Amino acid sequence: MNLYVCIKQVPDTETKIKLNADSTGIDPAGIKWIMSPYDEFAVEEALRLKEKNAGSTVTVVSAGPDRAVESLRTALAMGADNAIHVELPDTADSNMTAKALANTLKKEANVDLIYFGKEAIDDGAAQVPQLTAAYFGVPSVTVVFGIEYNGTTLKCKREIEGGSYELVEVSTPAVIAGTKGLNEPRYATLPNIMKAKKKEVKAVKLADIGVSTSDQKIKNKNIQLPPPKQAGKKIDGDAPAQAHALAQALRNEAKVI
Amino acid sequence: MAKVLVFVEQRDGKNKKSSFELIAASAAAGNETHALIVGDSVTALANECAQYGANKVHVVQDAALKNYSAEAYARAVTTAIKSLSPEIVLAAHTPMGKDLLPIVAAQVDGALATDCTSLQFSGSSIAVKRPVYSGKAMAEVEFVGSGVKMATVRPNSLGLPKPDTSKTADAASITVDLSGLKTKILEIVKGNSARPDVTEAGIVVSGGRSLKSAENFKIIEDLADSVGAAVGASRAAVDAGYRPHRDQVGQTGKVVSPTLYIACGISGAIQHLAGMRTSKCIVAINTDPQAPIFQIADYGIVGDLFQVVPALTNEFKKLKE
Repeated sequence: MNLYVCIKQVPDTETKIKLNADSTGIDPAGIKWIMSPYDEFAVEEALRLKEKNAGSTVTVVSAGPDRAVESLRTALAMGADNAIHVELPDTADSNMTAKALANTLKKEANVDLIYFGKEAIDDGAAQVPQLTAAYFGVPSVTVVFGIEYNGTTLKCKREIEGGSYELVEVSTPAVIAGTKGLNEPRYATLPNIMKAKKKEVKAVKLADIGVSTSDQKIKNKNIQLPPPKQAGKKIDGDAPAQAHALAQALRNEAKVI
Repeated sequence: MAKVLVFVEQRDGKNKKSSFELIAASAAAGNETHALIVGDSVTALANECAQYGANKVHVVQDAALKNYSAEAYARAVTTAIKSLSPEIVLAAHTPMGKDLLPIVAAQVDGALATDCTSLQFSGSSIAVKRPVYSGKAMAEVEFVGSGVKMATVRPNSLGLPKPDTSKTADAASITVDLSGLKTKILEIVKGNSARPDVTEAGIVVSGGRSLKSAENFKIIEDLADSVGAAVGASRAAVDAGYRPHRDQVGQTGKVVSPTLYIACGISGAIQHLAGMRTSKCIVAINTDPQAPIFQIADYGIVGDLFQVVPALTNEFKKLKE
């Protein structure tokens, strides 16, 4: 099977955000970059399927600035066979990213499954998996925490609200966007990290796949850090007194219960 | 004034309140507001849409649309957009809305902003704001180009007015070709939780690792149940196995904007604050007066949650009497 995994490099969750000069994005200085955590489930899922199906290959694809190659190498160190870097500017929106990914995948010989994380934790748009599926012309199943493979048919558990889930049947080729629960991602071993450094990462330019900034549909502007909050009220006393004062304040002052 | 189409989400023949927030906001701004309900036998749901201000209600009905599937529902919404030509399309940012709208956007060449927490109408366009870096910053979104403008809006962001229950609506039918679908919903497995979902609840009560065990979350559940709230958890509590991941609030969990967020025994790691700082009123209960959660709390109690939380449950119950 020809398995593809689309990944994104994002700032580590502990990162404190600082804005760039024109407030259209963040100041990249001092940021520690990681593979978006949900994408690790996607990589792991593809690797496990490959290990059960001899002759399969796993290709990781990332559309982003040059630093995205670091995350591709992380995926190679986990066990992916090939890597493709689509050279996409940092400012691209979900639509332009999805067009770039779909057009890159269209140049591949055979695509059986395309895995994503359910969303990237920086922009949090949760658009790219579905948009890529639509542009590539296949169905998508998102927020998947369990998959049963049966030849070209997949039964996916898709998380919805209130602890419920949908059992969705889909045939390959398809896009699957995974979430926590799908598997436990492996750690790359040191020898594999060293080997991954020497593997080739294929570069794709937007001009080669017919994508341009005219595919951009939305732009971020005037990004603001949350205003500092005024100091809240400290409620003193013993526990019953604190609880009483809080309940009264929530009812009469904040008017939220 | 704009022509606005609101996708009204229903499951099991019940409309989602978060869809009515969008209808009401659009109607209040004086827009020509169209509601679209997709499902099987859903005409009975049309009146409610009118009661929140929809000028016109459209239904796409088919036995194959009984349960949500991204592929089938996207065809229905895309068909409706092509037939009605709205300038703006809105849906709630829920497991259904956030899955659906990107597919529709690709099919109608629209410009979509997801997870918006603020929405204002101006002429035939909208101005939206959305959290980025999971709420560590807020961005204004500029729509580029001439395509239909689309947005999903986080539940509880706009508020819900009282419906005018005297109103009724005649639903107009739109037909859609549902042949050749490639996905099939085999089953919907219901969770056993009677509580609202953490992303949609008006009140969320969250617990951290200080709860010390899954069993101890009972006091959090009791507090939540006393006010009909959802139960959330910090990443530390989820990693420790006290709660399932679906309850996790934060950058690698759910982002929430309830009216009231009560954080019990949560210190306030940056990635947790990112997931809940847009809550309208924040209460923090923690033994450590230096905990970062107090910096964003509207009300802070320095104390032992094992004493304060049950006492608060009693107080909430008393308020109801």
